[in-house]
Amino acid sequence: MKRRLRDLPPALVMLVPSLLLLGLWTVYPLVRAVQNGHLSCDVTGRKCTDAGWSQYWRVFTSQQFQDSLWVSVKLALMTVPFGLVLGIGLAVLADKHLKGIGVYRTLFSSTVATSVAVASLVWFVLLQPEIGVLSDLFSRWIPSLKNPGLLRDPGTALPAVALSSVWASLGFTFIVMTAGLQSVPKDLYESAYVDGAGSFRRFTNVTLPMLSPSILFVTVVLTTRALQTYGEVALLTGGGPEPEKSTTTIPYLIYGKNSLISGNLGLKSAAAVLLFLISLVFAIVQFRGFGKRVHYGR
Amino acid sequence: MAADTVSGARKFGRYSLLTVVAIIVLFPIYAIVMQALKTGPDSLDHPRSLLPVDLTFSTIRAAWDQGQLGRLLLNSVFVSSVVTLGVMATSLLAAYAFAFLEFPFKGPLFVLFLATMLVPAEVTVVINQRTADSLGWMNTYQGLIIPSLASTFGVFLVRQMFLQLPKELREAASLDGVGHLRFLWEVAAPLSRPTLGALGLFTFLGTWNAYLWPSQVIRGDRSHETIQIGLERLKNNDLSKINLVTGGLVVAALPIFVMLVVFQRQLVRGLTAGAVKG
Repeated sequence: MKRRLRDLPPALVMLVPSLLLLGLWTVYPLVRAVQNGHLSCDVTGRKCTDAGWSQYWRVFTSQQFQDSLWVSVKLALMTVPFGLVLGIGLAVLADKHLKGIGVYRTLFSSTVATSVAVASLVWFVLLQPEIGVLSDLFSRWIPSLKNPGLLRDPGTALPAVALSSVWASLGFTFIVMTAGLQSVPKDLYESAYVDGAGSFRRFTNVTLPMLSPSILFVTVVLTTRALQTYGEVALLTGGGPEPEKSTTTIPYLIYGKNSLISGNLGLKSAAAVLLFLISLVFAIVQFRGFGKRVHYGR
Repeated sequence: MAADTVSGARKFGRYSLLTVVAIIVLFPIYAIVMQALKTGPDSLDHPRSLLPVDLTFSTIRAAWDQGQLGRLLLNSVFVSSVVTLGVMATSLLAAYAFAFLEFPFKGPLFVLFLATMLVPAEVTVVINQRTADSLGWMNTYQGLIIPSLASTFGVFLVRQMFLQLPKELREAASLDGVGHLRFLWEVAAPLSRPTLGALGLFTFLGTWNAYLWPSQVIRGDRSHETIQIGLERLKNNDLSKINLVTGGLVVAALPIFVMLVVFQRQLVRGLTAGAVKG
C-alpha cells in the first residue's frame, strides 16, 4: 500500500502526456461525436436543434446511408477473401528452404511500402483508358478497359477500387502469414508426412489450422480497412461514377468533396458513430464466430 | 520439410514459379516507373513497350518542379520524424508507469488505454477538425503533428517488452539510488532497442503514409502539405499531364522502398506484434 502511494507522483507525471493527448484527440471527439449525432442542423450548418437519439435511426435508415453501407460491405466481400487467399498463397509459396528466398520475401512484401495515396494513384494511371498500360495490354479481352475505362463504368468501378486495395494490402497480409507459417512446429509436418498425408492434406490439416490465429487477425484488419476505405475512393473515383455513386463508401459519404452532408455536423457525426458501431459489430462477430475454431498452438 | 532432397528440375520449377509471381505482384510498380522514365511530361504519349530503353528524367524533373515535390518531401520528413520521436517518448514514459510502478486504478486505466485503440480515425476526425480550427491549427505543422503524438499501440508494445525485463534490475537500481527517469533512459530503453526500433519504423511509415487527417487539417495551404496529399494536385491539373503523376509517384515512393529494404526485420516485428499469441 505504501509503495502504491509513493509511486503515484512519478506515475502521474509519466502518464500525463499520453493521457492528455488521447483524451483530447481520441476520447473527447468520440464523446462529442456521439452527442453531436443528436443535432439537426439547417442548411447553413450554424443553427442546430437537438433531435434526440432518433436521428441515429433516421440516418441509419436513410437511402444515402444504406447505399453507402452496401458499397462498403460489397468492398469488404471483394477484398477480404481475395486478400486472404493471395496472402496465404504467396506465404506458402515463399515458405521454402531455397537459396535467395529472402529476396523473394522482400519482393512479395514490398507493397507494404505503398501508401493509400501512392497505391491508388498507381492504379489510377494504370487504368486510364487512353494512356494506361493495362488498356494497351488487355483491352482485346476486356474491352471496357478502353471504353469507358474500368473506373468510369458503374459496374466495374468498385471492383477496380477493390483491386487497388487488395494489391496495396498484399504485402501486409504476406508478412503476417509468413510469420504465422514460421511458428508452425516442423515436427507436425513430419508426423503428417509419416502418416501418409499428401501435400494437399498437409496443407488443409496442418497448415490452415495452425495459421488460424493469423487468418483471424488478417480478416479483422482487412474488414475494418474495407469498411473504412476513404483515400482509395477519393483518388480513384471521387465516389462516382455519377449518378449511381457506385463507390461512395460510408467514410466518403462523410468526408468526401462532393458529399451532400459535409457541411452538416449533426449528420456527419451520426454517420461516423454508426460507422464505428458497424465496424465493431463486424469485428465482434468475426471473433465470436471464428474465434472458437482458432487453434492457438500447443 | 525434405527440402534438401528435391531434384534440380523441381528446384528450377520452384524458382520459375516464384519469379513469375514476383513479376505479377511488382508489375504495377514497374509499369509506373517505366511510364515515368520513358515519356515526356506534357503529352498524352505513352510507352509503346515497357522495355527499359531510351530513358529520360524529364518527366520526373517536371513533376519535381511543378508539384514542388522538394517542399512536400521536406514537410513529410519533418512531420514524420517529429511524430516518431514524440510517440517513442510518450510511449516509453507511459509504458514505464504501467510496467514498473504501482498506483491505484492501474488495471482499469490500462484497459481504458487499450479501448482507445478501437476508435477509428474516421470517427474522431469530424470533431478533431473543429478542435484544430478553434486552436488556430488548421494549415499548420502543429495541426499535423500534435494529434498523433500519443500511441496506444506504442504504449502496449513497449510495456510488453518492459514486462520481460527481470524485476531484479529495477530493484537493484533503486537500492543504488537510481531514479525512475535515469533507469528508464540508461537501462530499460537501451535493453528494449529492437522493440523501439520496430515502433519507430512503424510510426514513421504510418505518419508518412497518412491520408485522411492531413487531407482534412491542411486545406489549401500548399506550403504545409505532406507528399501524400500534395500528389493529388499533380493529378488534378489536367488529364494531358497525367504522366506527371507517375513522376510524382516515383519520388514519393522511393524513400519508403529504400527504408523497407533496409529495415525489413523491424517492420516485420512491428506488423506481426498484433498477430502473435499471448
